[in-house]
Amino acid sequence: MTMDSKGNGSRKKLLRDIILIVAVLSAGVVLLIVTGSRGKAGSCAVVMVRNNETARYSLSTDGIYTINGGTNTIEIKDGKVRMTEAECPNHLCVRQGWISFSGQSIVCLPNELSVTITGADDAADFIL
Amino acid sequence: MDTRKTVHMGMLVALAMILSFIESQIPAFVAIPGIKVGLANIAVIFALYRFGFREALAVSVIRVVLSSLLFGSVLSMVYSLAGALISLIGMTLLLRTAFFGTMGVSVAGALLHNLGQTAVAWIILGNRAVVYYLPFLLISAVAGGIVTGLAASFLIRYTDGGSEDGQRKHQV
Repeated sequence: MTMDSKGNGSRKKLLRDIILIVAVLSAGVVLLIVTGSRGKAGSCAVVMVRNNETARYSLSTDGIYTINGGTNTIEIKDGKVRMTEAECPNHLCVRQGWISFSGQSIVCLPNELSVTITGADDAADFIL
Repeated sequence: MDTRKTVHMGMLVALAMILSFIESQIPAFVAIPGIKVGLANIAVIFALYRFGFREALAVSVIRVVLSSLLFGSVLSMVYSLAGALISLIGMTLLLRTAFFGTMGVSVAGALLHNLGQTAVAWIILGNRAVVYYLPFLLISAVAGGIVTGLAASFLIRYTDGGSEDGQRKHQV
């Protein structure tokens, strides 16, 4: 139905549209594989507020920590970390759940902070 | 600007606002910031095809400022504006080249929107970790771009004076 009412030029455009879509999807999948393959367990959770490291917690010690002067709370358990509480409108960071691999991070944009997992070899240095 | 056009522009801004509101009521189905359909882009694409860059820019900027004040925060306005501007500029250039159809233009716009926001997040947070979201943002841009592109395509075609060639044959 989308194509019938269109002329030849439009059909060519539709083909190019589809090529664009496939290209972007492939790029996404390739990036996913590249970033996902770095699934090494991390050793440290680094809390960054506005580009400054404010705290660093070992993932081998379980605990619940208040960060950024009380706006957010993180929980570390069994080598994983998650955001349990956040003073932000959408709570996307809380919904994200647990992260445990080196290079993964939880970002809370409203509070301008991020929790990033690093490994002993500082594998978070993923450069695009 | 004649009265007729003023009315149409006002209606498009209102439409974009409603679409923003509807979207803000849809819970994020993936817990990754920035993943959304971009429904308001339907109104922007329509304005771009029917009127032109300046009008689409007006609809887009007014929409972002108002909806950020109503449903978001000042910070979300910075992100949205960055994404909206880079997206609109890209879509305008692509429309001029007439290389892609409405869907391709829309997908490219969604893609640029996400890339723009990622770049701003990178600058503000100073954290490369945001790059981790990039694959998800690429894939969601395609999904959102297809939906908004198809919707805008139908809207352009089935409203009076429709032309998907980017030529403004008639005023609505």
